Amino acid sequence: MKVALFATCLVDQLCPQVGVSTVEVLRRLGCEIVFDERQTCCGQPAFNTGYRKEAKKFAKRFIEIFEETDAEAIVSPSGSCTAMVKHFHDLFPKEEKWRERAEKIAAKTHEFTSFLVNVLKVENLESSFAGRVTWHDACHGLRELNLRDEPRKLLKNLDGVQFVEMPNADACCGFGGTFSVKYPEISVAILDKKIEAIEKTGADVVVSCDASCLMQIGGRLSRLGSKARPMHIAEVLACQNREQ
Amino acid sequence: MTNLTSETFDQNARAALRDTQLRGALDNLVKTFGERRKEVIKTVDDWEALRNRARQIKDETLAHLDNYLEQFTGNAEKAGATIHWARDGKEVCRIVLDLIDAIDATNVVKSKSMATEEIHLNHALEAEGINPIETDLGEWIIQLANETPSHIVVPAIHKTKGQIAALFVEKTGIEKTDDVDVLTNTARKVLRSRFAEAEVGISGVNFGVAETGTILILENEGNIRLTTSLPKVHIALMGIEKVIPKFADLDVFLKLLPRSGTGQRLTTYQSLITGTKLERDDEGPDEVHIILMDNGRSRMLAHPVTRQSLACIRCGACLNACPVYQQIGGHAYGAVYPGPIGAVITPQLTGLAKTKQLPYASSLCGACREVCPVKIDIPALLLHLRAEIVDGEADGISAETRVKKKFGERAVFLMYSFLWRRSKLYNFGAKLSRFFQKGVVKDGKARSGFASLVPPLGAWTKWRDAPQVAPRTFKEIWKEDLSKRND
Repeated sequence: MKVALFATCLVDQLCPQVGVSTVEVLRRLGCEIVFDERQTCCGQPAFNTGYRKEAKKFAKRFIEIFEETDAEAIVSPSGSCTAMVKHFHDLFPKEEKWRERAEKIAAKTHEFTSFLVNVLKVENLESSFAGRVTWHDACHGLRELNLRDEPRKLLKNLDGVQFVEMPNADACCGFGGTFSVKYPEISVAILDKKIEAIEKTGADVVVSCDASCLMQIGGRLSRLGSKARPMHIAEVLACQNREQ
Repeated sequence: MTNLTSETFDQNARAALRDTQLRGALDNLVKTFGERRKEVIKTVDDWEALRNRARQIKDETLAHLDNYLEQFTGNAEKAGATIHWARDGKEVCRIVLDLIDAIDATNVVKSKSMATEEIHLNHALEAEGINPIETDLGEWIIQLANETPSHIVVPAIHKTKGQIAALFVEKTGIEKTDDVDVLTNTARKVLRSRFAEAEVGISGVNFGVAETGTILILENEGNIRLTTSLPKVHIALMGIEKVIPKFADLDVFLKLLPRSGTGQRLTTYQSLITGTKLERDDEGPDEVHIILMDNGRSRMLAHPVTRQSLACIRCGACLNACPVYQQIGGHAYGAVYPGPIGAVITPQLTGLAKTKQLPYASSLCGACREVCPVKIDIPALLLHLRAEIVDGEADGISAETRVKKKFGERAVFLMYSFLWRRSKLYNFGAKLSRFFQKGVVKDGKARSGFASLVPPLGAWTKWRDAPQVAPRTFKEIWKEDLSKRND
């Protein structure tokens, strides 16, 4: 299947390894990957802070770029950015043409794990990962895209993995985009509950489907000198035959 | 922790986070109500279908609110109740005072009602020399402490047992104790004597049934039953959105509300009141007055996006589920209605000028929407309000309260929008930050000076290590490497 990758700005600039891993896993499953180098950001920071006019410009640009591809699916290693793409149509209450175009793009856009399990029908990647891992449900993946079982299935089916469910895995990590710097004290108070839950599992690796949550969780883990480290699920799944 | 305003939400929240007693009390809230709710909703066959049905009923009612209100008032009057209409809080207070004056009453008891909190009824009565006694245990505690409720359902949730015991010792003169039985018995003794002498009882309303003119009030302590049946005059304050079409609809809401609110299958008491007593010698009040209050609700009704906030049945489940509320409690919001639904309702009731922090007091995690028994899309409403704040169009919000965002933030977002929609500038930006980051961030922390120079960076790195711009962006890796291996 031909897949257009939407890498997201966060992955592009801060954790490109997530993008590389996404490509590796998809190629291993027989997908042909196309990547339009004009892509930047989905505009979610603007949308979530209330700058709708700006968000609309990002949405239009995104739609125009991704309409050009003949790929059957658009795949992104982020639940949050995928959810934003699925919200594009909200930005065009009075522009029917644009709303239709937004809906078409949304229909073929998939979050990475959802694409593996629900589109490619793959639950076992026949790869391995040595370590004790726990899963953090990123809010937008969970509550906008209804991803709960997909990533867990993929993780549990890895050879050699020890999967431990953390308490309240579905609780927010406190990131919330600009919220994390607008109200940093509240954001970190919420985050510390998440850290406590992660530590309780004794996991070496906390896995999620969003680089943003992992940046929040990872930033605190390293500040506190924890042994646990954050990893994106694409990185974990790509670990086949590789020393991690 | 009382008399705080929404304008200082950030400061209020910081103070709340330092209050270890408060945070201990809040931990209990999540454990008791949040987890109990999760268990008890399993006792309903199809919880999702029930939520959908409830929302359908609310939507239908709100779409024809004028009709249902007319039907409700007509039937309530037929049953002997007197109907009063109030445009705002001031009018409600005037009506209540006139009713109290009419029978020369001085002894007034009250049951828990967020609508009366919304309009600060107690203050208005106290200003005229009437001292209403709150008879719900939690409300009585905060009345003794001269505070305001910090939760829609559990008003004194911010207080620990120790704090309540100390308050009782000070205010009621009992011996020092932390025995819960002694404390509740003290409250019971004091409140019973107040009930015995009460001439007027004031209550809220959970649901008003249009078909029969009946009002339903739910509770666990029996104090509402007493408030509405012992005094000669019962005054019920009801927001206009509380009406539902049919008696049978109560079946839906009686399953949803107690489960969502306190994690109970049903509250201990359900008082259904249809007008006054039928015979002179029957028990119950001589007069039942129902005050229908607008106070900003018709303005909310007029707007297609915000209308759904009127479907709220005040269960408080969104407060219990909210990660922000769980950390800071209710007082920090500086408003009668705290938590996610409060952050949606308060700006609509009082305007955005003084409440513009509230829509931003959320990580948009969506836990509130997930637990809401009437499926209010709270994150969407918060986003809508944020857009109102930025664009200042104030659709559905009183015009005089328009606000403009700070120049600095606007500038940042306009710049982001300009640069990040042009891939060459975007790519160049990545190179620049990669080049400069070593000068700005060291070992995950902002170098001295930069934290205050770039406030968001300072806010991030005070508690969290800063992420690093990668040596090569994904785009560079793709171009130089990945794209050449498309196998």
